[in-house]
Amino acid sequence: MAEVPISWFLTLSAVLFALGVAGFLFRRSIITVFMSIELMLNAVNLSFVTFSYQLKQVSGHLFTFFVMVVAAAEAAVGLAIILTVFKNRSTLNIDDVDSMKN
Amino acid sequence: MDVVLFLIFAIIAVVAAINVVVQTHPISSAISLIGVMGSLAVLYLLLGAEFIAAAQVIVYAGAVMVLFIFVIMLLNAGTEIKRGRSLMVQLLGVPLLIAFLGLVAYFVERIYPQSVGVRFGGFTGGTAQAVGRALFTTYLLPFEVTSLLILIAIIGAIVLGRKEMD
Amino acid sequence: MDAFIVITLIKLAVIAFVLLTAVAYLQWVERKVIAHIQVRPGPYRVGPHGLLQPLADVIKLITKEDMMPSYVNRPIYLFAPFLAVCMALLSIAVIPFGPTIVVAGYRTWMQLTDINIGVLFILAVSSMGVYGIAFAGWASNNKYALLGGLRSSAQMISYELPMALAIASPLLVSNTLSLRELVATQRGSIIHWNIIHGGQIVAFLIFIIAAFAETNRVPFDLPEAENELVAGFHTEYSSMKFASFFMAEYLNMVTVSAMATLLFLGGWEPLWPVRFGSNYLPSVIFVIAALTALYHGAHPAHKLDKYTLTGFGVIFLILAAIFAAPIVQSWLLPLFWFCAKTGGILFAFMWIRGTLPRFRYDQLMGFAWKFLFPVAMLNLLVTSFVVAWVS
Repeated sequence: MAEVPISWFLTLSAVLFALGVAGFLFRRSIITVFMSIELMLNAVNLSFVTFSYQLKQVSGHLFTFFVMVVAAAEAAVGLAIILTVFKNRSTLNIDDVDSMKN
Repeated sequence: MDVVLFLIFAIIAVVAAINVVVQTHPISSAISLIGVMGSLAVLYLLLGAEFIAAAQVIVYAGAVMVLFIFVIMLLNAGTEIKRGRSLMVQLLGVPLLIAFLGLVAYFVERIYPQSVGVRFGGFTGGTAQAVGRALFTTYLLPFEVTSLLILIAIIGAIVLGRKEMD
Repeated sequence: MDAFIVITLIKLAVIAFVLLTAVAYLQWVERKVIAHIQVRPGPYRVGPHGLLQPLADVIKLITKEDMMPSYVNRPIYLFAPFLAVCMALLSIAVIPFGPTIVVAGYRTWMQLTDINIGVLFILAVSSMGVYGIAFAGWASNNKYALLGGLRSSAQMISYELPMALAIASPLLVSNTLSLRELVATQRGSIIHWNIIHGGQIVAFLIFIIAAFAETNRVPFDLPEAENELVAGFHTEYSSMKFASFFMAEYLNMVTVSAMATLLFLGGWEPLWPVRFGSNYLPSVIFVIAALTALYHGAHPAHKLDKYTLTGFGVIFLILAAIFAAPIVQSWLLPLFWFCAKTGGILFAFMWIRGTLPRFRYDQLMGFAWKFLFPVAMLNLLVTSFVVAWVS
């Protein structure tokens, strides 16, 4: 068996996505939450490239490219927001930023 | 040969991803995430996406993650303090995750039983030339819109990072 | 398949050995060049004209006490120099040193591997090299090291942008990303090189300036300057780990010089075509060097020069004879041109180190973002207009 079944790639993508969701829901530090979001985006990129291979078109690669660009822009602005929140609250724990809670 | 390569790098990717979620110190999570991105770049090469593999390492692993690491080092983020979680979360968290995963994997295997095999060299349309041609003809509008998006992100980051004038 | 593996392993061994020796002797050359700029002899005592100085340095570094401070983050502290050297060596894997040669009936490139995205590969590997410095600074658990590491990584990623744009301009002219084909499009004489025929003189200058900043060399070496931040990111490193960072710096220098040669100066193509006799230039140069050495050996300034300089004269004469032999000319001549051009750029690196003062950090970053990056973008625009017009 010299070929890898394509469903393995999709399963790997699902595993990485689920791990990203787990990190996003269970972790308390804002930076780790951010990194879980990046993990989810990477899993989706793998999916796109896999389908591009299956359909023998290059459009999947293009979408991966756009996802990367959007993720980079989002990381830049998100990290700037994190720095601002840290400057005002001195904490990186998202449970502590709750001053608007009842 | 391709199966061996896929298995090695898929296992590295999954172990590193578990590490991202499980590690308490953000730097260890960041290093593991760089490992995930690196192994994904190899998997892209296996799928014939050579330009995307290079872009993944240059943009994602080489710029976005450097940004993350800068912020972690600047903020001197320490290990996360474990707060108590409710009993429901602790008991049901991981089993529900595995159930979600099993469901997705089952449906994927259902839809793709006679799978197309992936081998290195099976798809040669992922060259920089092909990607560039598609980018500047079919996908010109999204390209321009994303460049505007990057401009907005640059302005946003500069405004947020400015010192306040009083 | 077997022949391929054996040949590749042989190439790997040859390149690794030659490269590591060259890096050690590059340091000798640098010390000599800077010394002569500052009107002093430089390394002189260890071996004839200090030629065994690198060996002495290696022995010193290996036998030095390898301290591991107790307060460092041990895994990352050990990983950082390893990462720096790995990435520096990896980028040499795709650099072609010459054309196709025939070894024992087997055709092979003078390159470890040629990939279609060679230029992107080198950019990717140099992006990953930033991590070696960032982790070194952070793991040392030391304010100065952290500041030095952060400044150095910020400088490196800031200058990656003008460098990538400066690389993109000759790619537009040559229409390929593979390094081997880049040289093939610059075949001919000096007027066919990308710097003149492609009009990429501005891109060449931008690339060289960005290369100085990428390799943390003067005038951009504030993060590792000794009188500024103790020693920057490698404060807490001693003996072989410190040597790894220096090896990585010199290897990066070699990589960017080789890139500049391939992108702008025509790789291993000769200065003027072979049919006008450019094959004899190396022999002529070596004969002139031999005559100079023999003359100074006959009228020695110091007592030992009578033997050492005469010996060098004889060696140069032998080299001139080797270069004139027609058997080796198919692979030795292109290699000579490639090494000569790369060596010229490396000499420029050392020359500038001995001449210019260093930038302050905010001047450095302002220069990258406010001047170099717009100029590189403008150059790319103009190049793309011209290429679209002409074709």
